[in-house]
Amino acid sequence: MRNETAALPGLYIHIPFCLSKCPYCDFYSVERTGRIPAFLDALRREIALCRDALEPFDSVYIGGGTPSVLSPADLEALVDRLRRGFTVTPDAEITLEANPSDISPRLLEPLRRAGVNRLNIGVQSLEDRLLAFLGRRHDRARAVAAFSAARAAGFERVGIDLLFGIPGQTLPSWLASLREAVDLNPDHLSCYQLTIEAGTPLGERHRAGEFRSLDESLQADFFLETAATLEAAGYIHYEVSNFARDRCESRHNAKYWNHTPYLGLGPAAHSFRGTERRWNHRCLESYIGDLEGGRPPVAGRERLSGAQLRLESLLFGFRTSRGIDLDLFNRRHGGDLYAEKRGLLDELAGEGLVEIGDGFLRPTRSGMAVADRLALI
Amino acid sequence: MNPIRNFSIIAHIDHGKSTLADRLIQFTGVVNDRDFQDQILDNMDIERERGITIKSQAISLPYRAADGRLYALNLIDTPGHVDFTYEVSRSLASCEGVLLLIDAAQGVQAQTLANLYLAMEHDLTIIPVINKIDLPSADVERVIEQIDSELGLDPDTHLACSAKEGTGIEKILEAIVERIPPPGGDPEAPLAALIFDAKYDPFRGTVIHCRIVNGRVKAGDVIRLMYNGAAYRVEEVGRFILRREKRESLSAGEVGYVIAGVKTVSDVRTGDTITLDHRPCAAPLPGFKEVKPVVFASIYPIASDDYEDLAVSLEKYKLNDASFIYEKDSSAALGQGFRCGFLGLLHLDIVQERLEREYDLSIILSVPSVRYRFTLKDGSVIYVDNPTHYPEPMSIAKAEEPYIRASMMLPERYLGAVMKLCMEKRGVNSTLNYPNPGRAELVYEMPLAEVIFDFYDRFKSVTQGYGSFDYDLIDYRESNLALLDILVNGEKVDALSQIVHRERARARGLQACERLKEEIPRQMFKIAIQGAIGGEIVSRTTISAFRKDVIAKCYGGDITRKRKLLEKQKKGKKRMKMIGNVSIPQSAFLAVLKSDAE
Repeated sequence: MRNETAALPGLYIHIPFCLSKCPYCDFYSVERTGRIPAFLDALRREIALCRDALEPFDSVYIGGGTPSVLSPADLEALVDRLRRGFTVTPDAEITLEANPSDISPRLLEPLRRAGVNRLNIGVQSLEDRLLAFLGRRHDRARAVAAFSAARAAGFERVGIDLLFGIPGQTLPSWLASLREAVDLNPDHLSCYQLTIEAGTPLGERHRAGEFRSLDESLQADFFLETAATLEAAGYIHYEVSNFARDRCESRHNAKYWNHTPYLGLGPAAHSFRGTERRWNHRCLESYIGDLEGGRPPVAGRERLSGAQLRLESLLFGFRTSRGIDLDLFNRRHGGDLYAEKRGLLDELAGEGLVEIGDGFLRPTRSGMAVADRLALI
Repeated sequence: MNPIRNFSIIAHIDHGKSTLADRLIQFTGVVNDRDFQDQILDNMDIERERGITIKSQAISLPYRAADGRLYALNLIDTPGHVDFTYEVSRSLASCEGVLLLIDAAQGVQAQTLANLYLAMEHDLTIIPVINKIDLPSADVERVIEQIDSELGLDPDTHLACSAKEGTGIEKILEAIVERIPPPGGDPEAPLAALIFDAKYDPFRGTVIHCRIVNGRVKAGDVIRLMYNGAAYRVEEVGRFILRREKRESLSAGEVGYVIAGVKTVSDVRTGDTITLDHRPCAAPLPGFKEVKPVVFASIYPIASDDYEDLAVSLEKYKLNDASFIYEKDSSAALGQGFRCGFLGLLHLDIVQERLEREYDLSIILSVPSVRYRFTLKDGSVIYVDNPTHYPEPMSIAKAEEPYIRASMMLPERYLGAVMKLCMEKRGVNSTLNYPNPGRAELVYEMPLAEVIFDFYDRFKSVTQGYGSFDYDLIDYRESNLALLDILVNGEKVDALSQIVHRERARARGLQACERLKEEIPRQMFKIAIQGAIGGEIVSRTTISAFRKDVIAKCYGGDITRKRKLLEKQKKGKKRMKMIGNVSIPQSAFLAVLKSDAE
């Protein structure tokens, strides 16, 4: 991965629409697709407001929601507008998240034309009964077809998202699905443990006792087996939930974990620069309203203290295979991390949770499984 | 006719004592509605939150009765817990009558009885008052029946009210005037004033709360405290009308305060008698007892940098709590701290909470202990209240532990369960009486150590709240003792050590390990907890390490949310004591004493 001090900022666009909301998801999105034109108009205004913010960008990530609910023409125009409104480097990684149901040559061609060079397909599962439980619009066959269509259209970089720990899923059935996914030969895989979020329909059903969440020991087994399976298949486990072929890591996502600046546009999008993080309204109408009135749609911001930046660096460091660059960490946050925590770190190394070498403090696979805990050292 | 009436309100917890006091205060117009707040006599946050009274309070209510005369009704509010039984008895000794408050829905409860007996001991006029008659579940007829059968009082003397709704209040005030006798005493006799409480005022020093039994006292008098013979010149006397109200003098029968340049409340003993230096009374008033701490524990700051702050805070705290004692102490595992003495576990709990709340300290308390007596082979006798100072076993000729006489009142149907509990707690020499049909009075002699730890909660539980309990220290008795040490990851944590009866040692060791397993949060390492007696491991448990603790997604908006959670966890961790690499929470030190009977 590149040296973050020299890294260029990233640009994130949040498309807050879904044709139907999945019961487990707590990302911000609405089903009122009739508001797409008003949203695109507002987004245009936001681009104009942020014109001289952070540039140039060497990564663009269009996420959501479901960006692929926009028409191919709208998406093509959006990417064009981003390129015209901001400086985007010629070799920029431009990613679009897509739902398998929306992927067809009719969508893929304009995306290619616009310069989108990376697709991330929300497959989530290759078992039809689990897809039904998750409230997805597509089935297994559709997901496989979408992947093939993306390859056929000439996309070299195609990633797929999968979920594990779904109620009703067993470890063997998950690993079987995972091997099938590997057989598709994606260059990137995101495998997220299903998180039961309070306030989502799934969270409510969980609260009502309709199903039980995985016990911790089984969660660990899922996590460790997933990593072992994908590493055996030649993927690098470069972040808690992310796996990639060599040099196929998501350039954009790494910026979140390196304190590299990023600009987020769209409702609920977060931006970060230096020591400030700010976020837009998590409400489409407030977002539109502010921009129509010529105001930035910012709902809140935080100025990170030294201690907060340090805590985040530890959290990110223990989440990634790159680990913590001790020299860089000490320069950024002061002190001497290894000297101060030596007894504890050596003991953690003895327990097989971290490795210390080459000036880096890295989590092992078991360490990554408890990264949130390690961040509290 | 003497226009003074001195009275208390006594009740089972939650039967509405503070609310009734509020209504009496409001009715007599001492405080206007604008300044009024609920539980007005409970000044401390901790009293309001827990709904209990810790310090005694007095207030003088001016009341024009139906007979057209103006009366001063002195309400003396009393604490409500067995740790403070002596304080309650001194407050009651300052009264001629009580309102015995009974919840109309719950009826007579354990403390109703315990309080009734206390009042009877002092020969007080008792006015039964049925409260909460507005409740849908109120059963006034049943309570009237209980007043007769369970309390042995004349049911026709009862009054009914709803303190919450403010109904029936005037009848209560009239009954206080009509039925409670005016205080006796001779204002011309030598001064004899009963101290029932003392509070520290940063500007005036100690404010002594007292009931003048005989004689009179005024500013300029030289008084003498009969317990220690110390003499002081009186600066001010007065009454309480919510706040202090200065008066020329206080005479026999009155309740009020005396300020006399007494530096700390520890110079004053509750129950002591104040007299005049130049004309002393012949003998102190009866009933004085020196209150001695019976439970000991060490207090340590969680961050060793806070030691000085803790020292200053304890000094300040002590100004207002005469029954609390402390001295320097240190622990191999926890560093510099203080050994402290308390009246009981509630007192300990209150001190801990007030230190944390009022002085903003994070502290750890070691496992509480009683004070043991050892006769060594060289003939010397030592007292040990700190397991760290447990003598070399080979040097012990005789080990003794304090015993109490526990008196319990309970409905007969719980007798079996309570006797079983008392036997389990090594109770001996029981006696059983039936003061009323269906009601048993059970007396046991038991080791104090068994009673202060976990007995009261279990007693309340097996009697479903219908049992009342009180105890007196009787003597030291020979006992077979052993020191139980706890090792965390192989390291002895001296603050977790306890002195136990040898026959129970193994069971206590197991129990302590189990409790610690529940209290110590899982960490990144496996934690081994062992109980050891004289180097022999008698019990062990293991707290498994975390295997999975990481959020799946960590992008834009997830970061702030996750960081806030981590910050919260970090703060929680700061409130734990690091021993080696293991974070041990405050709660663990008390939890080792809890049995697993429930």
